Amino acid sequence: MNYRVLYFASLRDRAGIDAEQVESRAGDARGLYTELRARHGFALGEDRLRVAINGAFAGWEQALRDGDEVVFIPPVSGG
Amino acid sequence: MFRLSENPIDAATLTRELAQAGAGACATFEGWVRDHNEGRAVLRLGYQAYAPLAKTEGERILEEARKKFAIMDVRCAHRVGTLDIGDLAVWVGVSAAHRADAFDACRYVIDEVKRRVPIWKNEHYADGESGWLHPDNTPVE
Repeated sequence: MNYRVLYFASLRDRAGIDAEQVESRAGDARGLYTELRARHGFALGEDRLRVAINGAFAGWEQALRDGDEVVFIPPVSGG
Repeated sequence: MFRLSENPIDAATLTRELAQAGAGACATFEGWVRDHNEGRAVLRLGYQAYAPLAKTEGERILEEARKKFAIMDVRCAHRVGTLDIGDLAVWVGVSAAHRADAFDACRYVIDEVKRRVPIWKNEHYADGESGWLHPDNTPVE
């Protein structure tokens, strides 16, 4: 399946890109992050991140559909 | 109304928008860019936001504040992009009949925004390094 993945903060710095189209067999965010972490060498583990799918917070095990926008949310620091 | 802004926040205009005939109190909070953090000199800040989710989550927090406290209006604006020392980074304003709910709601909104809204602060230090921060202002790795 094909996903659109957006990167922010330390993940963006490490990946060196804001976003990418990812062709993957991963059926959920957990599997997708494992793949992308290996590819980009992300330091942050899943326990430090939240997941958003199509602009809404979601669970790591929520089934992904072709074309979904997936964002891994590092610890936030607004304000 | 929760707003992300690429441009300077006009606190005076936002405060006037809170006015209502029944409001006897207005509490505002301003978060400014300071020149140090955790003992390091800071030159400027960069804020990134995942805008669609930041707006949704920001509006959710304002709605929670309206339900939890007896207030008349509540608004929040947060800057994104590059900010200099002294710039207004975040503004929260609440109007209410009485001061207690205005203060409490204002505190609630800024605390929840810092905890939950997908906005990230990157500090650029005087020694040339930069780093992303946690909600408690400690560095991410």
